[in-house]
Amino acid sequence: MGKVFRFHKDVDTDQIIASQYLLYPTVEEMKEHTFESLDSEFAKKVQKGDVVVAHENFGCGSSREQAPAVLKALGVKAVIAGSFARIFYRNAINIGLLVIINKELYYEVQSGDTVDVDLEKGLIITEKGSYPLAKLPKKMQEIMDMGGLIAALNKEA
Amino acid sequence: MGMTMAEKIIALAAKVPVTRAGDIETVTVDRLMSNDGTTHLTIDMYHNQLKHPHIADPDKLVWFVDHNIPADSPKTAASHKKMREFAKEHQIAFYEGEGVCHQVMMERYVRPGELIFGADSHTCAYGALGAFGTGVGCTDYLYAMVTGTSWVLVPSTIQIRLNGKLKEGVCARDLILTIIGQIGAGGATYKVMEFVGEGMKSLTMADRISICNLCVEAGAKSALMEADEIALTYLKEHGRTPKAVLKSDEDAVFEQVITIDLGEIKPIVAKPHFVDNVAPAQECFGVKIDEAFLGSCNNGRLEDLRVAAQLIKGKKVAEGVRFLVVPASRSVYKEAIKEGLIDTFVQAGAMVMNPCCSVCWGACQGVIGQGETLISTGTRNFKGRAGHKDSYIYLASALTVTASAIAGEITTSDRV
Repeated sequence: MGKVFRFHKDVDTDQIIASQYLLYPTVEEMKEHTFESLDSEFAKKVQKGDVVVAHENFGCGSSREQAPAVLKALGVKAVIAGSFARIFYRNAINIGLLVIINKELYYEVQSGDTVDVDLEKGLIITEKGSYPLAKLPKKMQEIMDMGGLIAALNKEA
Repeated sequence: MGMTMAEKIIALAAKVPVTRAGDIETVTVDRLMSNDGTTHLTIDMYHNQLKHPHIADPDKLVWFVDHNIPADSPKTAASHKKMREFAKEHQIAFYEGEGVCHQVMMERYVRPGELIFGADSHTCAYGALGAFGTGVGCTDYLYAMVTGTSWVLVPSTIQIRLNGKLKEGVCARDLILTIIGQIGAGGATYKVMEFVGEGMKSLTMADRISICNLCVEAGAKSALMEADEIALTYLKEHGRTPKAVLKSDEDAVFEQVITIDLGEIKPIVAKPHFVDNVAPAQECFGVKIDEAFLGSCNNGRLEDLRVAAQLIKGKKVAEGVRFLVVPASRSVYKEAIKEGLIDTFVQAGAMVMNPCCSVCWGACQGVIGQGETLISTGTRNFKGRAGHKDSYIYLASALTVTASAIAGEITTSDRV
């Protein structure tokens, strides 16, 4: 079980992690600035297993992989949005961050609500009800199953 | 059934006769561009995560330090040093201070028909030379660097047919901002935006790069234009030949077709905080500005500097306004010096900076403070993109930005 952090539509990569932190040496040093412009306390409040819920086009803008990487480093279990920008979506899967397309959840939950993503049952479970998890495209599911693209590459080699 | 230009380029890279939108293909990547926004992390992954560190073909890699140059902090300097040393050790083409990556790639590398990965979202700019450029993160970049290959989901295409000619005082940037406003920030997600039609004949290479470059702001995977006589002349002048000159078949299937009369396009601005939040420039007349920026991979070319210099010659930057002029590459800078443009800007009170991403990326020179307003030819106006989270960015053409720098408030070139 985790807490919901709910955001609006078109959350761009600059809001997830701003440019001035991208050249920091490591993701660990960047992560405390996650969502700084939208919720300056986010990095302090978020706990392992929490879930980010957003409206359409989450992660639009830059190709910076630091955006999914800081969310993963903070222990975010999944990002659930109505839709994702292409590069963010691909980057997230490549590093093994769960990204789930769901059009309804944004309207059903508020920040602070409890939510669970049960991968075995294939369900998103909230206080109000449950929603089936949409299947990933086969290629992407294979990458997730192997623990990300680099893990897959190491197995190929 | 025919194929789109995107399908043809991907089929060529995948060495298959036919591919269709929705297929997944394994491709050999022709070129791999990366810059200081993310490369330090790619290098760490190369050293720490790979079982067998290896570069398939170092000749395909091109690296740039362009985002935070000159370095703004010891942390940045350390990341640059890491790149510099790795590039030297592995004999990777390395450019530092030479210009914004996409501009230098157009000047020196991109060839029609190529499939290029760039660890930067604006890699779609390469479509101006008929190449399929697409933005990737460090993991995809590293995979392609190690294997020479990647997988791509073949995108569908939105074909944009251009007729007529832009009116005086209207720029290619007004056109692409209009289109993004029309289809929205997610309007082309996973798709290619392809530009065709007799209107193309009136668009210079600078116009074309500006148009293709911004397509990612509608979510596009890539942008494409046929390499016609104008593109092939540019290529020849820069000493290169095409890989393949391709265009969509007449019976190719398009997701959507949009027809635009260039003569109808008017000066436009994108208001804070989204690129698709566009309005006719006149609706923003009178908005006070603190800073104006002419530059970036979108609008820092010689043609942009020329129209701006012509407008500001003999005039002054408004009191209290900082006007930053940043040529997109060293070659643009040198030409601008020769033509006297830099002199004109300096005389007018502008600040001319070294070729780099500058305030477009908001982590280096020219950042704006709380409550301040910037009018910019940069690529994005996201909240906080140019500095403080509570600041405001308007995007506009080189002409509108320069006119506004002179007036101290948003205005168009016909009013100064």
